[in-house]
Amino acid sequence: MTAPRTYQTEAIIIKRIKLGEADRILTLYTPELGKLKAVAKGTRRPRSKLGGHVELLTHSRLMLARGRNLDIITQAQTIDNFLPIKDDLERVSRGLYISELVDSFTGEHIEDRQLFHLLLETLKQLSLSKDCESAMRYFELHLLDHLGYRPQLQHCTNCNSPLKPDSNFFSSRLGGVLCHDCGFNEPMARPISLNALKVLRLWQNCDFTAARRIRINQDLAVELEQVIREYIKYLLEKQLKSTAWLDRLKHEVPQK
Amino acid sequence: MSADSISTAEPIARLIEEFNKLPGIGPKSAQRLTYHLLRAPASEVSALADAIKNLKEKLTLCSVCLNITDSDPCATCHDEERDHTKICIVEEPIDILPLERTKKYKGLYHVLHGVIAPADGIGPDELKIKELLSRLNDGLVTEVILATNPNLEGEATAMYLQRLIAPLGIKITRLARGLPYGADLEYADDVTLSRALEGRQEM
Repeated sequence: MTAPRTYQTEAIIIKRIKLGEADRILTLYTPELGKLKAVAKGTRRPRSKLGGHVELLTHSRLMLARGRNLDIITQAQTIDNFLPIKDDLERVSRGLYISELVDSFTGEHIEDRQLFHLLLETLKQLSLSKDCESAMRYFELHLLDHLGYRPQLQHCTNCNSPLKPDSNFFSSRLGGVLCHDCGFNEPMARPISLNALKVLRLWQNCDFTAARRIRINQDLAVELEQVIREYIKYLLEKQLKSTAWLDRLKHEVPQK
Repeated sequence: MSADSISTAEPIARLIEEFNKLPGIGPKSAQRLTYHLLRAPASEVSALADAIKNLKEKLTLCSVCLNITDSDPCATCHDEERDHTKICIVEEPIDILPLERTKKYKGLYHVLHGVIAPADGIGPDELKIKELLSRLNDGLVTEVILATNPNLEGEATAMYLQRLIAPLGIKITRLARGLPYGADLEYADDVTLSRALEGRQEM
């Protein structure tokens, strides 16, 4: 039996590049088909009927027609446009970072419903509140967890002894925490504070709402961001491009 | 000797290769264009060659607005008739054409040469933002019109510029976003419709 010529799916648009005169190639993240590239014809024209329904960081219901090479989007209807994210420079930048993260860590056509729902939930959380750092860390941690890179935070990754409430280390190479003695002998390990360790452990095992209730001061937020970012950089063997912009936004751009 | 060098002379092969690099030109189209030129009169061919050569040799970026021009400053920036207190900020040189076609705008322009696209590694330093800020510092400009595209990156860039320019005390406006002329409500997405409702005007 041949596959039907058209099919429908939900999707979150995570990337788009220009194609030819008025078309775009979109990278979609879908519940059933995982990551997927598709052509959206004419979307750069003002009167395109797809237009805003296939904009970045939009959750849409799509109808696609099988193409020779890439499938073609024939109909689109927005489910959630996450407008509060798009109206806020800080949040839109974080949304783009999340998209880049998902794009970098996933292959095409691999079904992953859980990851889809994590991505969707994170965008929902981002559009709910301006305070988004916790949501970002929660997303990163659970993305890693889900992909099989869950950092080991209970025991020393080297000697397996339980961690003392002491000065411990985090090693991106070993994917977890090292006790004081082992950390000293691992050149690439960085010190991790007890509070950071506690928060990370808690985040690993709670849901989004609980994660956002934890109060985190500025220094701790910076430390958590650094630890996870370094680990992600080690796993991907590259720095994500959007991190440069996130840093700049935080330090240089005048706040509203 | 390879099969290629038997079938085509070197100048022909080279031109085919060059045409082939252009957008939308495949190997077959490249061949057709090349053989067309081979049969065309010499005057036509050299006119084309000159036009291509001049493209890069005679054109520069205007030192004021950074539009592509053959005189510096460009005709628009040089024009005393135009309103020098208004600057309209666009993404690309090509965006100026439709704005000029409206004949509604008599101010000046500033071309950013791109938009902020974090995932492509394009930040403010890759755009002509420094040049814009130094233009605004002379106190002559009273209004800045943000005309970046109404999509995610265009909006983000507009928000970013708004923050940079706001402390200078210059009036900042954004092109209205709403329904395109000749469109159907049925196909409008929620963002466009929300913007259209927000920006509705009394008749």
